[in-house]
Amino acid sequence: MSRIAPAFAALRARGEAALVPYFTAGDPDLDTTRELVLAAFAEGADAVEIGVPFSDPMADGPVLQRSAARALAAGTTLPRVLELVAELRRDVEHPIVLFGYYNPFFRYGVERIAADAAAAGADGFLCVDLPPEEAAPLRTAAAGVGLDVIALLAPTTPPGRVRTIARGASGFLYFVSVLGTTGARAELPPGLPDLVARARRTTDLPIGVGFGVSRPEQAAWIAGFADAVIVGSALARLIEEGGRQDGPARTSALLGTLRRAMRDAAARRTG
Amino acid sequence: MPALIELERAYLRLRRDTGFRRQLATWLRGYAGRPTPLYFARRLSDRLGGARIHLKREDLLHTGAHKINNTIGQALLARRLGKTRLIAETGAGQHGVATATVAALFGMRCEVFMGAEDVRRQSLNVFRMKLLGATVHVVESGSRTLKDAMNEALRDWIATVTDTFYVVGSVAGPHPYPLMVRDFQAVIGDEARRQMLATCRRLPDACIACVGGGSNAMGLFHAFRRDRGVELIGVEAAGRGLDTGAHAASLAAGQVGVLHGNKTYLLQDETGQIRNAHSISAGLDYPGVGPEHAWLRDSGRARYVTVTDDEAVDALRLLTSTEGVIPALESAHAVAHAIRLAPGMPRQRLLLVNLSGRGDKDMGTVAEYLGVSLT
Repeated sequence: MSRIAPAFAALRARGEAALVPYFTAGDPDLDTTRELVLAAFAEGADAVEIGVPFSDPMADGPVLQRSAARALAAGTTLPRVLELVAELRRDVEHPIVLFGYYNPFFRYGVERIAADAAAAGADGFLCVDLPPEEAAPLRTAAAGVGLDVIALLAPTTPPGRVRTIARGASGFLYFVSVLGTTGARAELPPGLPDLVARARRTTDLPIGVGFGVSRPEQAAWIAGFADAVIVGSALARLIEEGGRQDGPARTSALLGTLRRAMRDAAARRTG
Repeated sequence: MPALIELERAYLRLRRDTGFRRQLATWLRGYAGRPTPLYFARRLSDRLGGARIHLKREDLLHTGAHKINNTIGQALLARRLGKTRLIAETGAGQHGVATATVAALFGMRCEVFMGAEDVRRQSLNVFRMKLLGATVHVVESGSRTLKDAMNEALRDWIATVTDTFYVVGSVAGPHPYPLMVRDFQAVIGDEARRQMLATCRRLPDACIACVGGGSNAMGLFHAFRRDRGVELIGVEAAGRGLDTGAHAASLAAGQVGVLHGNKTYLLQDETGQIRNAHSISAGLDYPGVGPEHAWLRDSGRARYVTVTDDEAVDALRLLTSTEGVIPALESAHAVAHAIRLAPGMPRQRLLLVNLSGRGDKDMGTVAEYLGVSLT
């Protein structure tokens, strides 16, 4: 069964939001990705999104485009990503979400990817280019093996549609903070808390916020109104700059900073 | 998705709206130059000594290709939706030029995304777009051709949906685009069918059109879909040859997949990564094909063949020298297949070829291919 709901329930009981890093599997290579994920958990990450690299990442900004290109150049394929998940699962109990574009999953076979992902120890899927209207096959296959399919909400999603999407989703809902592709933003939209609050009126699922998050004050702010803070491009940039050698230390340092900022803010709110 | 749902609703309402249809027809007639002639290529047919080849002369339209049929339609729709900015992807630059043209015509801002490789191949069209007032974004990601331009246009659109209309150029992309672009291009087949009946007193034995994404082919085929005696033949680009891997023949050599919001045949590897396409013609250089073509092929209503770079250039030269008509390299693929078929058929057979665009834009590419220096 998926570890996602219990993990969010435990965090909610403690009054904390989850810190969820995203790493493109295989950037710069799969061994380093494993190291990056383990280091992230050591710094207090609560779950991880493992990105399955795709040749045409149309929802991603330049940083994650380059990250996917490096991973593909290193020979990363979906079967090897599943091996990575299985290896991680020997060491950690945190939720692991496979994050990607639909075609690699589709080509692998929807039933087969659900079964193999479950066997490897993954907890769910997030497909950025799979609209809810077309997601039934993956949802059915995933549900059959106890995995979640995480759905995306955008600032433009009308309330009626939020309800439809939430009905078909499980695990948590991924709220895209900005209109646009992935990538760090200096400013996040000030209306975000209201949008998340509006979504909460139609669903009990935990809501994570991602896209654009890179700074401690942003993470602390989001943790005040959402259930998870998701950070990707900021980490990929550090991996790009630091490479195998310095990447893990740099991403861990950033995650540590974000985690502390989220805890301090939570302490201020309750204290 | 909300933007697509809004678009679908608006379009399904407008396609039945007589006011909108009359407005579209007026612009097509008075501005784009419709109807285009149906032309009997007598000297080419005589040279080949078989079936009679008729050309639907979309190359005579304003801006030089069929693309304007669709961009006028989408720009009128954009205006109804209150959008003030148009974006487009382009391969050969014809769709980019056609979009920049209607943006100038209707006073809208326009930004066009074009792969760096295509910018190099089609510098003349880049200049035309800039002159028309559009901003051209050179896309350096991926294979730096049409699919990457489409990725970049989608990335822009995600961030700008509130004021921007994405003018998709082919019968590809997310619903309702394949349907909408087909409808706007269907005027080609509607006219050609009437013209064949008027001049030849019967329907053609086969309709032939090139297929990249497949908009000119869908536009031609649609009117003939219920005419069981009319064979529908799409011509894909075999590039340097299907066995070389350097081609753009998604139906001939692709597998089913999902890209750019539609499920269709794609050039891809066994793990679902999209492969780079190749064709001498930038407009066919796309690793997918419109989903309705996939359906026409699988249902058996249409068949799809391939033509190599070499055959396309030979066809361009033969049509040019026999008829004084220089076709676009894309359209030359369709001409090449007609040249292949005609000699084996009796004189009373009729082939209808969609001459989707003219070749002016390709003179640099053809000269380079033939080893002629233009400077």
